[in-house]
Formats: sequence, C-alpha cells, structure tokens
Amino acid sequence: MSTEQTVLGNETQEYFINMGPQHPSTHGVLRLLLTLDGEIIRKVEPHMGYIHRSIEKMCEKDSYQQIVHLTDRMDYLSCHINNEAVCLTVEMGLQLEIPERVKVIRTIISELTRLASHQLWWGVMGMDLGAITGFLYGFRDRELITDIFEETCGARLTMNYNVPGGLMFDIHPNFQKRTKEFLAYFKKKLPEYEELLTGNVIFEERTKGIGYISKEDVISYGVTGPSGRGSGFACDIRKLHPYSAYDRVEFKEILYNEGDSYARYMVRMDEMKESMHIIDQLIDNIPEGDYKAKTKAVIKLPAGEYYQRVETARGELGVYIISDNKKSPYRVKFRSPGFSNLSALDTMAKGCKIADLVAMMSTLDLVIPDIDR
Amino acid sequence: MILLNFSIYDFSDFINSIDTWLVETFSPTIGHLIGLVLVGTCFLLFTALLGLSLVYIERKVCAFFQQRLGPMRVGPFGTAQTIADIIKLIFKESLITKQSDKFLFNLAAFVIMMAPFIVLSAIPFAKGLQALDMDIGLFFIISVSSIGVTGILLAGWSSNNKYSLIGAMRSGAQIVSYELSVAISLMTIVILTGSLQLSEIIASQSNGWWIFKGNIPAIIAFVIYIIASTAETNRGPFDMAEAESEITAGFHTEYSGIKFAYFFLAEYVNFFIISAVGATVFFGGWMPLHIGDATFFNNAMDFIPPIIWFFGKVAVIMYFLMWFKWTFPRLRIDQLLTLEWKYLLPISIVNLLLMSIVALKGWHW
Amino acid sequence: MNNDQIKEKVLKWFPDAEIPAEAGQFLNVIVTPEILHPLAEKLRYDKETHFDYLFCLSGVDWVSNLMVVYHLTSTNLGHEIVLKVKIADRENPEVDTVCDLWKTAEFHEREVYDLFGVKFKNHPDLRRILLEDDWEGFPMRKDYTDEANIVEL
Repeated sequence: MSTEQTVLGNETQEYFINMGPQHPSTHGVLRLLLTLDGEIIRKVEPHMGYIHRSIEKMCEKDSYQQIVHLTDRMDYLSCHINNEAVCLTVEMGLQLEIPERVKVIRTIISELTRLASHQLWWGVMGMDLGAITGFLYGFRDRELITDIFEETCGARLTMNYNVPGGLMFDIHPNFQKRTKEFLAYFKKKLPEYEELLTGNVIFEERTKGIGYISKEDVISYGVTGPSGRGSGFACDIRKLHPYSAYDRVEFKEILYNEGDSYARYMVRMDEMKESMHIIDQLIDNIPEGDYKAKTKAVIKLPAGEYYQRVETARGELGVYIISDNKKSPYRVKFRSPGFSNLSALDTMAKGCKIADLVAMMSTLDLVIPDIDR
Repeated sequence: MILLNFSIYDFSDFINSIDTWLVETFSPTIGHLIGLVLVGTCFLLFTALLGLSLVYIERKVCAFFQQRLGPMRVGPFGTAQTIADIIKLIFKESLITKQSDKFLFNLAAFVIMMAPFIVLSAIPFAKGLQALDMDIGLFFIISVSSIGVTGILLAGWSSNNKYSLIGAMRSGAQIVSYELSVAISLMTIVILTGSLQLSEIIASQSNGWWIFKGNIPAIIAFVIYIIASTAETNRGPFDMAEAESEITAGFHTEYSGIKFAYFFLAEYVNFFIISAVGATVFFGGWMPLHIGDATFFNNAMDFIPPIIWFFGKVAVIMYFLMWFKWTFPRLRIDQLLTLEWKYLLPISIVNLLLMSIVALKGWHW
Repeated sequence: MNNDQIKEKVLKWFPDAEIPAEAGQFLNVIVTPEILHPLAEKLRYDKETHFDYLFCLSGVDWVSNLMVVYHLTSTNLGHEIVLKVKIADRENPEVDTVCDLWKTAEFHEREVYDLFGVKFKNHPDLRRILLEDDWEGFPMRKDYTDEANIVEL
C-alpha cells in the first residue's frame, strides 16, 4: 500500500488505461498501457509495432541505393541525417574518397534538418502542454526551411538528397542566399520562442523536476541525443566520432545535469543556436568541386561488417551493415534513437501524473516510425 | 391596440407596453403565459446566436494570435463557417456507446445546457431588458450556475469511458473549488452595494464603476474573479477537464453530433455569463462610464446606448480571457487545486475583510 | 585501453573466447552462450574496461547458426568492443539476458526474440515487441517464408 492510501485509510483500486494507439499526444500510433492509481502513474508499458514495416527485412532485398530511400521513412523529421548515415556506411565499405563539397553540403543540410525538427518539436511541446499557439509559430518557421529543401532537391519532407558517393545533384544557386536569409530571420525569432514558453511560470511548474532520470539510468537505457544530454550524458556523436564536416566546425555540446523535462527542453533550445552557429561557419565556405564521387551502377560492398553512428535530431542512429559481397546487404540493423529513448519512459514516469507523462513524452521527442521501423 | 414606446435607451416602456397589450387582448393568465413563451423563445434565439457568433469570434481571435487568418472560405470572411458547422453537427450520427448508461448519457447534455440557460434570465442586458430581477439576483446566479457541474459529472460517469471519468472528476473538483473564490470575490463588491439585486448593483454605479470606486480591494477582487471564473468554466489555461493532449476530450469524449454541440454551446454561454457578471458587478453592466458629478461628460457618455455599453464591456473581458487561453500552457490538476486552496481562497477571504474595513471607514468613493 | 590490452584481458578471463585476427572496425570477441553473461558482467564492472553503454544489440542469422551482436562502448574511457555470441541450436536458441547489466537490452532483446526467435533466459518480460502476439515464425530468419503476404522485390 502506498503512503497516500495509508494516510486516507481506505483501499484504492489500480486501473488501466490504454493511451493510444489513437491519442492526440502520442504523435502517432504508439500505445501506452498505463497502470494508474487515481491520476498517479504506477507503471507505463509501451506497446509498439503499429507502424512496423520491416524496413530491415526489406533492405535485405534492395540494392544499396534503394536502402537510402527506406531510411527516410524511419525518422521522417531527420530524414536527411538518416540518408547520410546509410551513405556514410556504404562509403566506408567502399573506402570511397568523398569530395569536400559533398561533406560540407551534407553538414549544412543536416543542421537545417535538425533545426526544422527542433522547431516542430517546440511547437508540439507547447501543444502538449496546452499552449496551442506555439505549434503554429513552430510550423511558420519550419516552412521556410522546407522551402529551401524544396528548391534544392525537390522534396520537402522525405528528401532523398543523398546517394552513396555524394549527392543526387548540386545545390540550387539560391541555396546559400536563402539559407543566410533564413538564419538572419530565425535568429530574431528564436527569442520569441523563449518568451512564449521558457520563462512562463506555468511552463516551469509543469516541467521543472518532472520526469527525472539520472545519468546512470540514461547511459544504461541508452537514452541519447538531447534527451540524454539533459541528464549530463555526453553522447553527441558529432563530437565523439566526427563525420562529414563536423571535424572542422566549432560548436558546443549542450549539457544539462538536472535530468528533468525542463533540462531536456533547454538542451534543444540551445542546440538550435548551435546548429545556426555551425551553418554560419560553413555556408560561405562551400568548396568548389564535384557533388558526387564516381560509383559503379551496382554497388557491391566487400564482405565484412560496417557500423556507422550519426547524431540525428533525436539521438544516436547506428547503421549496422553486414555484407557478403552481393548487390544487397546480408543483414542491416538500424539502431534507432527513439526505440532506446522510449524504453526509459517507465523509469521517468513512475509516480507522476498523466499530465506529466504527456510533457515527458514531448521532451523525449518520440517519432513513432523511428521506433517501429 | 398595441402602443410601442420603443427607445434604445430604456427598454422598460417597450416591454411594459407589450405586456399590457397581451393582458388586454387575452385574459391575464393567457397573456402572461404567452409572455413567458415569448421570453423563452427570445432566450433560445439569443443563445443560438450567441453560440454561433462566439465560436466564430473565438476562432478569429485565436487565428489572430497564431498569425493566421482563421475561417475564410464559407461566406465573406468565413462568417458562415459556424452555420456550416452547426448543419454538420445536426446531421451527424448521434453515437451512444453500448455499455453506457443511456438515460443519464442523454440527460447530461440537457442538464449541462440548463444551468447557463437559467442564469441568462437574470442577466441585465440593458436598462429594463432583464427577465428576472430578483432581490437575490447575484446569489441566484452563483447557485444556479453550479448545476452545470452535475451535467459534467453525469456525462463523465455515464459514458463508461475512463478518459471521460477522469475528465469529469477533475472538472468536479475544479468547479466546486473555484466556485468559492468566485462567490467571495463577488461578495466583496456586494459589501459596497448593500444589495444582491443586479439592478441595484448597477444603479449604485451611476457615479462611477466599482472597479474605480472600490479602492484596491475591488481590483484584487476583480483579478481573483477573472482567474477563478475562467477555471470555473473550464477554459484554458484551466481546461483540465477536456485537456485534449492528456485525456482526449475529457467528459465529452463519447458525445457526437448535436449532443456534442450542446456541450460546446453550454461552454460558450457560460463564457458569456462570467464575462457578463464580471462586467455587471465590476464595470457597471449597461451603466455608461460616469465620473462623479461631471455632468457634461456623463451626458456625453449617456449618448451611447446602454446595450452597446454592456456588450462592449463583455466583449473586452472576453477578449482578455481568449488572450489567456491562447497564450498560456495548461496547469496540472494538483497545481490548479493548490492555486485555489492555498492562494486564491485565503487571499479572497482577507480581501473580503479588507473591503469590510474600507466600507466601514468609508475609504471608497 | 587499446584493443590489444582488452584482447589480452578477455583471453586471461576466458581463454575459450575466440578473437578473429583480422583488424576490423572494432575488436570482435566471439563467445559461446555459456560464457556470454560472465564475460559481459566482467566487461561491464571491471574498472579498466568499464563498458557501461550498450549502443547496439542485433541478431544475425548465419544459416548455420544464429548470432547476437552486442556493440559496447565506455562513456568515460572511450574504447569500443563487439561481443558476438554464436548459438548453434537453431531450434531452441537460448542465451542469458544482459538486461541486468544494461537496461536498454530489455527492449532490444525483445526485438531479437521477436524477429529471430532467440530466447533470452531470465529476461523479465520476453514477449514479441514489434509484431502481433500471435505471429507465427520469426521473420528475419533466412529460412522464413511468408506465403500469405509475400512481396518479392
């Protein structure tokens, strides 16, 4: 019997609630089986797989160029970074020398993707806490980034801009100009975000000290990305194992040690500034050269195992390819960040209220297709 | 022969002439009965119009805060949008879940409509335009408006849905708690007026509104009233009962079609009522802005019809409440109750004492 | 610690562990199911190795045997290792869970169970995670055929 029950002196009965698969705040088809005592959460049991498309199995039948396209559909908010991860793995297997121009462009677009993802997250975070206005603000600014993407590669969400060996085609002549315009615009708008939510008393009440998870637990659960860094886990792959052009730019790894929802929120807010800082350094220094290294039409990776880690907007994405020197891989495993991040939800949510759970899930920034693959 | 003494400034002659005509044409009993039916029909029409226009206004105001246009497609500037919505809601299938308590489920939608409908009858819209001017007017409003919570509890219980039940329980706890603060903050002004009758309260503000005359306690009371009444009507940032991101739609999750429209309508009428009561008690209702004995100024203000004063004041209060709703995140239920029991209620009780001292010492104007 | 030191250390603990000679991306250690858990526990808690972060856990079907691959790294020391456990018994593959060492393994092992049918002993809640509970067979195995929903690419 818990303390509240003994104090009241009467028996209370625990009950279950199915949160999802159709629920406004699971942002997709995730089902959480909640064990509740009144409004207090005793246990959270995630049930997933509603959008499982067996991408890993499909990869075993596809050529390496085709695999890239499937990865868009995992974490659709950091699709470019997912594509990049596969391309980097294939390039590692082929031991291809990638033109400098490609590396820089990939890095810029990756950071733009991260910005867009965080903008959407910020809007959704506000919406989950009941401040719907923020959602529209987030979308307003994200639209400008998707416009840039659209001009460069023709797609707004699932971009497929990467191919093994480089990029599908060169950047649009307007790319640099528009990106700079966007940065100048968004640097003014970011303080607006902070004004609307960050300093708000209700917001702080709702997030500070809520959903605490310790650094040990974060490492043990493999919670990465901004969610892990909110608990002081230095897990930024861009720093630990720099890929593309991250070794030549200067940026801070944002770390907060509080481990609560507010810390995870602040990590993302600060990360947006760092992303803009990275783009600032690169946008004027895109080297001339080819946008693609020469590859054979049918790529065959030498037999062996290749593992590439990248930092998506949600955390560490691992691509594990086992090749047996055929045109399709023998086995592909995607270590998706959302899957591991979700596993920590039960630890975070115990003893909180339903409303806190919603805030917590927002700060984990779950994308369901990324979890289910 | 019907004699219509219609004046936009004073409706009492107009109403009386209709009454006289009815009584003279028919027998007194039938005449009064017809009068009652007429008044009821007027209120029905008014409620429907109010719902239609408030939904449209809220959507436009919300769009304004969110940097978009809001409804623009149906009719000029989307003005016919809510009519289209109502038509859609009427023609929608009214679903009832299998395991629900069907009688209570249907009853809840009517109970929830009933409370605001009765309260409307006591609201003075303009000089002489008030259905019930009782000597316990304010008390009547406070007590009747709490019938609404029964409807919410019934809806939550009979839906046989856990989300609905959580929503209803939250709402019950919330409304019952915040009613205290609402009542006490209104009582603070009643100390000055010395009457619960709404016409008296308005008349006492003929030389200035209580928000200006009542010294600091009146301002504190108004702030508390606005917070508490927002919570009482389940509007954001206190919309815990229907927090869509947590418990889908709370107590009205299982309602569809026209019954859902009733809940929606009740919410907006309640919204209007709290603004109207706030405007009446603190801002003089239909009373134009008067400053003491400044006759010229007062006469100039009197030139604007009272009905415009009333709806103008209500609109301003509503705009502020909408502003809150579309800006702030939602509180958590325990934080909400903490706010009431630990802060608002003690402050309003102290404020009540303070106001008694002010009234005794004559520190108000 | 560099790879050679870790290799030495692992061989000192468990001389049976098989460490392929060719230099890959990571240091590979191939073990049998019996010594997986003791070795993992040593790697996890030994002060010099301190592999506290399991960043990937995957199943592989090598037709002749099943394999579970553990990618480990140390958050403070920075070195990496890949543990591979070879399970010869395809009919009833069993291996000890590592949930008690790395909590993230709980979900990942459920996924491997779901897709490859490897049973993890002592796992607190070994159920299917991505597929429905009544799914027949283990789709990621190379010998899996799904007559009803077959899609040939």
